[in-house]
Amino acid sequence: MELNSNIPEGPMAQKWSSHKTKIKLVNPANRRKYHVIIVGSGLAGASAAASLAEMGYQVSCFCYQDSPRRAHSIAAQGGINAAKNYQNDGDSVYRLFYDTVKGGDFRAREANVHRLAEVSVNIIDQMVAQGVPFAREYGGLLDNRSFGGAQVSRTFYARGQTGQQLLLGAYQQLSKQIGLGAVKMYNRHEMLELVLVDDDDGQKHAKGIITRNLVTGKIERWAADTVVLATGGYGNVFFLSTNAQGCNVTAAYRAYKKGAGFANPCYTQIHPTCIPVHGEQQSKLTLMSESLRNDGRIWAPKTKELAQKVRKGELKANDIAEEDRDYYLERKYPSFGNLAPRDISSRAAKEACDDGRGIASTGLGVYLDFRDAIKRLGKDVIAQRYGNLFDMYECITGDNPYEVPMMIFPAVHYTMGGLWVDYNLESNVPGLFVAGEANFSDHGANRLGASALMQGLADGYFVLPYTLGNYLGKQGIAKAGKISADHPAFDEAEKSVRDRIDKLLSIQGDESPRSFHQRLGKIMWDKCGMARDKQGLTEAIQEIQALRKEFWSRVKVLGEDGELNQELERAGRVADFLEFGELLCRDALMREESCGGHFRSEHQSMPEDPEVKAGLISEGEAKRDDENFAFAGVWEYMGDDVEPKLNKENLVYEEVHMATRSYK
Amino acid sequence: MKLHLKIWRQKNGEEAGKFVSYELPDVDEGSSFLEMLDIMNEQLVGKGEQPVAFDHDCREGICGMCSLVINGEAHGPQRATTACQLHMRHFKDGDTITIEPWRAKAFPVVKDLIVDRTAFDKVIQAGGFVTARTGSAQDANATPIPKPIADKAMDAAACIGCGACVAACPNGSAMLFTSAKAGHLNLLPQGQAEKDQRVMKMVSAMDDAGFGNCTNYGECQAVCPKEITLDFIAKMNRDYAVARVRNFFNHAC
Ligand SMILES: Cc1cc2nc3c(=O)[nH]c(=O)nc-3n(C[C@H](O)[C@H](O)[C@H](O)COP(=O)(O)OP(=O)(O)OC[C@H]3O[C@@H](n4cnc5c(N)ncnc54)[C@H](O)[C@@H]3O)c2cc1C
Ligand code: SF4
Ligand code: FES
Repeated sequence: MELNSNIPEGPMAQKWSSHKTKIKLVNPANRRKYHVIIVGSGLAGASAAASLAEMGYQVSCFCYQDSPRRAHSIAAQGGINAAKNYQNDGDSVYRLFYDTVKGGDFRAREANVHRLAEVSVNIIDQMVAQGVPFAREYGGLLDNRSFGGAQVSRTFYARGQTGQQLLLGAYQQLSKQIGLGAVKMYNRHEMLELVLVDDDDGQKHAKGIITRNLVTGKIERWAADTVVLATGGYGNVFFLSTNAQGCNVTAAYRAYKKGAGFANPCYTQIHPTCIPVHGEQQSKLTLMSESLRNDGRIWAPKTKELAQKVRKGELKANDIAEEDRDYYLERKYPSFGNLAPRDISSRAAKEACDDGRGIASTGLGVYLDFRDAIKRLGKDVIAQRYGNLFDMYECITGDNPYEVPMMIFPAVHYTMGGLWVDYNLESNVPGLFVAGEANFSDHGANRLGASALMQGLADGYFVLPYTLGNYLGKQGIAKAGKISADHPAFDEAEKSVRDRIDKLLSIQGDESPRSFHQRLGKIMWDKCGMARDKQGLTEAIQEIQALRKEFWSRVKVLGEDGELNQELERAGRVADFLEFGELLCRDALMREESCGGHFRSEHQSMPEDPEVKAGLISEGEAKRDDENFAFAGVWEYMGDDVEPKLNKENLVYEEVHMATRSYK
Repeated sequence: MKLHLKIWRQKNGEEAGKFVSYELPDVDEGSSFLEMLDIMNEQLVGKGEQPVAFDHDCREGICGMCSLVINGEAHGPQRATTACQLHMRHFKDGDTITIEPWRAKAFPVVKDLIVDRTAFDKVIQAGGFVTARTGSAQDANATPIPKPIADKAMDAAACIGCGACVAACPNGSAMLFTSAKAGHLNLLPQGQAEKDQRVMKMVSAMDDAGFGNCTNYGECQAVCPKEITLDFIAKMNRDYAVARVRNFFNHAC
């Protein structure tokens, strides 16, 4: 596998602008001859589809929901970052770039991150022009807040519904193009295969996809000049996550099996503030926006005995005296306190619970308390800031957070890993572009809060419209629209999709796809969750392999192919998760270090370490190994049940000096 | 808790549907309504019976995908709550619960509890947007917007496009949904240039899609999970009247 990151020459701050002047353009009159497939209608997909259609390309866009407006970007609550420095608090493109590289624990590609910070400002302009009702100050200007561990206020927000408002903005722009006939939108269509066609340059290029119409079951072929995957993250491999029920790895995993490199699958983000699990029947976890940490204080009882009383219902949180409360984030990270980054906060919660000091009936929970904030600011101010989140919490748990502290616990939330892409967001398969959460590009080993929305829109609005043209321009106008869906490559791809569906329907065993998914999730969470070690990962790989075998002999998929069949949909997604989960564990096993969202228990700071002695970091913090692991781990598919091959993109830091991440 | 369910089953858009009864012996009251349906479906699969198809995705009240009429009410008994956010603690042991799909001419049933809501997308495609080509925008702070206006626009923009308003309306009208989008954009300075066209085109798309007329029943507001108010319908009616008059004079001159 050849991994050429194609980072442009020149100083960091000029790479993107000089690249833009050098890349190929497609003449406006020729654009309509090119057909672009975009899978996904989230922030990344919708913004790309709308922009490319405006430019004159023929665009087809696909999503599995009944409308593009329902992509999971809709659920983002907290906000979107941009280096506008409207608050005059010292923010700049460089600072956002620096924070993102550092926050990613030095495992992201610098040049991509710098571009992200550069275009962040254009995103806000664009979204405001489209009528996104961001929060405003009384003077009428845009309001900002500090979010997710940033020391400047650079986060723009729309109540607790920022993702919804941004997605609706992009959806409206996309809708206009659909109305004009410039985008053909295919709702309730699931991509099940990528089609590669031999090009005269001797390589296989991405030239189409195979979908299943989720209403009729019809398998269809779609040919194009280039394919964009903007299919979101794979957090649902853990079964329980903050993702929507339909979020899947299928599109990305199919591309991987067709030769696209899968980078850093083990980098998964566990969000510190979610509502704890209530029982076996639970289907998803609900995030409580991180913005709550701006005013809420996180604590656990100081002793096991007190925690046990709480769990048994003998003691109420409010009755625990101040001196018996351990505000552990404030204690361990005095300068960041409750705003410490996600990975660090999550692990600290786990530590408290492992220590026997967890609350909630399961012992898997800590408090997020607003008592002091309400005392200081008054109930009205708190209601204004967090009213809808408090209501949501009460609706789910039945507890009123104005009166009793919230209970929270970390949950799988975001996946930094994804298909490998170069600077142009093109995978190693020519003509296959990957945008948004589905790619691996900008967040390294840990994503900062409010940066995913920024990345999705950056990719779709401000990167792909340039870089896709570069690919098409290089292909040349003679090739435009020349591949048809009658090409033999489509026969083969369609056949493999049909065979798989037939197989799933033919087994008729005794266990539901959902039950297999749940069992996979348990293995993943127990052995490849917040803390991982060699033994657990080795076991996990074996257990997943065994579970996969079981699945293919015992799964029971009712109903038929030629109809709306949600069991069949789920079975297909679970089948891919069952392979992908193993890849994720392999990556975690390979990465003998701790960085960002990947924590290997064997690699944590010890009392005798110089940084600990110097008081820079505490004992038990993630310990990176820059000498041996400053690379993106890119996996190459070698065949079913064959070990995948590891390729490396070495990461070079020109601008930001690699340092231990200290939030003390 | 133990529950009796009466659920609408319909194989597809062509065949007739009917209510089928199911018994659920043991549901945790901390479960959500959709988790309760998951449990039932797992039971059905265990018995080799076809599970009930229903739409859902985010399960946190924001994507607008879930669409169940529960005991005769769109999204069920809790005010300002989508079906996915409804929890079983609001029901009692031994309750009988009826579950049906949205019923409206413009939302044909696809299967069981799933309906086709693409008519909503058509309304937006007709005019529910501000034209702002990518890359053409001025600085975001160049036009200040008074906070009360931005807040009001946000109230309207909170609509999740679920369609409960249509399902609850005896006329199957989409006025609350359409007026929420028109209201959101017409309130903002960015939406002014296309204001007249927007409301006229959206209203006409709404009629073309087969939605009924609004005769002020107000049922829509009562079921709306995002508490969109009838004020927006009044505002859209005003905007529409003004647009018509302006359009008439523009053409007359
Ligand atoms: C609860 C929650 C809160 C969040 N809060 C924030 C926040 O405050 N700030 C922030 O920056 N980020 C936040 N994030 C992260 C952020 O929302 C996502 O990373 C981002 O929106 C992903 O956008 P996307 O366009 O890549 O994918 P998505 O929005 O997930 O869209 C994926 C699209 O792909 C389609 N699709 C997927 N698979 C297939 C297939 N096989 N065939 C056809 N179509 C397919 C789907 O239909 C959908 O249209 C949050 C995430 C969650 C879950
Ligand atoms: S107005 Fe309310 S009920 Fe109607 S679609 Fe919007 S959110 Fe749903
Ligand atoms: S499932 Fe998304 S709103 Fe109910």
